Amino acid sequence: MIERWQKWRQDRRLVWAAYLLLALALALLPFAVGAVAGRGWVRILDFALLYVMLALGLNIVVGYAGLLDLGYIAFYAVGAYLYALLASPHFDLHLPFWLLLPLGALVAGAFGALLGAPTLKLRGDYLAIVTLGFGEIIRIFLTNLNAPVNITNGPQGVNLIDPIAIGPFSFSRSHTFLGVDVPGVHAYYYLFLALTLLVIFVSIRLQDSRIGRAWVAIREDEVAAEAMGINTRNVKLLAFAMGASFGGVSGGLFAGFQGFISPESFNLFESIIVLCMIVLGGMGNIAGVILGAILLTILPEALRYLGELQRAVFGRVLADPADLRMLVFGLALVLIMILRPAGLLPSERRRREFRSDASVLAQEQASLYDAQR
Amino acid sequence: MDIFTQQIINGLVLGSIYALVALGYTMVYGILELINFAHGEVTMIGAMVCLAVIGALLGQGVDLPGVALVLIGLAAAIPACMALGFTIERVAYRPLRRAPRLAALITAIGVSIVLQNLAMIVWGKQYVSFPDILPAARLEFGGVTVTGLQIVIVAASCALMLGLWALVQRTSLGRAMRATAQSPDLAALMGINPDRVISATFMIGAALAAVAGVLVSAYYTQAHYYMGFLLGLKAFTAAVLGGIGNIAGAMLGGVLLGVIESLGAGYIGPLTGGFLGSHYQDVFAFFVLIVVLVFRPAGLLGERVAERA
Repeated sequence: MIERWQKWRQDRRLVWAAYLLLALALALLPFAVGAVAGRGWVRILDFALLYVMLALGLNIVVGYAGLLDLGYIAFYAVGAYLYALLASPHFDLHLPFWLLLPLGALVAGAFGALLGAPTLKLRGDYLAIVTLGFGEIIRIFLTNLNAPVNITNGPQGVNLIDPIAIGPFSFSRSHTFLGVDVPGVHAYYYLFLALTLLVIFVSIRLQDSRIGRAWVAIREDEVAAEAMGINTRNVKLLAFAMGASFGGVSGGLFAGFQGFISPESFNLFESIIVLCMIVLGGMGNIAGVILGAILLTILPEALRYLGELQRAVFGRVLADPADLRMLVFGLALVLIMILRPAGLLPSERRRREFRSDASVLAQEQASLYDAQR
Repeated sequence: MDIFTQQIINGLVLGSIYALVALGYTMVYGILELINFAHGEVTMIGAMVCLAVIGALLGQGVDLPGVALVLIGLAAAIPACMALGFTIERVAYRPLRRAPRLAALITAIGVSIVLQNLAMIVWGKQYVSFPDILPAARLEFGGVTVTGLQIVIVAASCALMLGLWALVQRTSLGRAMRATAQSPDLAALMGINPDRVISATFMIGAALAAVAGVLVSAYYTQAHYYMGFLLGLKAFTAAVLGGIGNIAGAMLGGVLLGVIESLGAGYIGPLTGGFLGSHYQDVFAFFVLIVVLVFRPAGLLGERVAERA
């Protein structure tokens, strides 16, 4: 099976054909989804792409560098608020999108490095709680910075954010191309798709780069990595900054797409869900992270149909589907993790670790533990 | 000065509840190195079960003094939570004992979501109010007010913590727990059944959580399906502040966090010239946590241990 796969991969023409088919499918997807399930689902598709970007950003911090970050949504918030404040009637500023996008990445990246700096000495779960604390601090500031000077408009959030537009082309309106009617949600889909592909490309290139391998070395053993001449401080800060900048970009897109943001969109639960996406999909593996992000965006929406499912099975609605939805979601998290502890699509390295004999692994751990005493 | 004393007292009350919950986090962490995210939800279930029992008794027209009713509710909540803690460990954590640690973290989050929504379906989305059955005794000295309930909360927490301390230090179960925390494999060689010790740890933590849940709902006179989340978060923060895995640290961290929070709520406005209001009390708590961890990366009482692979 694997051999055949490798042989198949060597055939360049087949690979190109597969890519072409994939591209065509991705291009036609919003129209197909729109025709079958309605425009609401195209919107969900857009959100799925936003989450893919977000998850790939967190994957750099958690998956590559092994730094457990529970406050990641803060950078999404920074990107979103930056866009909202600089392109809305709130301050009467309307900066263009092409300026705000890199600015969002830059500012969020700076925040990432800033928040990463005091946590450099911390390990494992101490790091988790500190990042969680930072995330909450940023959210509380966003909620309360409406007095004495109104900066964020407090819990009401920012309204009437400019839709994303490149020059005269606004993504919020319908356009007609070659006689095909392209609604706004479809236009956003293509924009997000293009940026997601860019993020995926950057992720892939980072993975095999000198920095990417330094991150993995730190994840596996920080002391050994330092002994190998890796400047762990700078490399860790870079992981925080890179991950945060991805979050900032998708936050800005979120603000422009949604037209309205409030601090409630950036609570701890969101951070946790993004973490679930990457762990569930397969940490450190780009395909796995993408799968996890799409799955966990679509699953809660698909579970809205639980009411109809009940009616079909039992003939009536037994429990309110809105209440049941998150219950099933939680059960799904537990079940998937128990059935596939390394994630749905584990990275090659993880898979090898799992294949190695469990007793050998335990022995290694025990001797390591003794060595540290 | 009166305000200061009052805030300290309020902080001690809040802090002893945090400490009770934090103990559950820290005991599990000490043995499994797992953040049991569902622990806050166990606290919530404890409060809800107690309130349901009290409500049922009152509905039946049972004529007992309020304190007895609460004690009956507590007597129902503790075994319910212990069973819950046992089940959670069996179903969600035991299959993943040899898996990567983040996998268990995700199942913990999943269990937490399930429990929250289950409680919402069973007890509704509204606040469940604690019936007004406890005697409203209050002491006043020099402008400082202490209610009877506050004294009970602090006294009960202290008693439970002393009991736990004795259990861990003096009994054979406690010795088994400490041994398992150091090395499960070596403990097993010494004839300890680590599975049983871990189950016991979860049940003890859940029992403490049940008491904390009842106390906190009595204190705020209400309970809510979402209350476990913030309480759990604060308690976990307290456990880390004291040094996670360290039982004395959880107690110290809990009390300290409670006092910091209530002092922060009282003084953050005047200190910053009115720029930051009392909404920022959580910022204050997290800020202190971060500063402490920057200078003592393993918490106040935590030992400096190297990362285990």
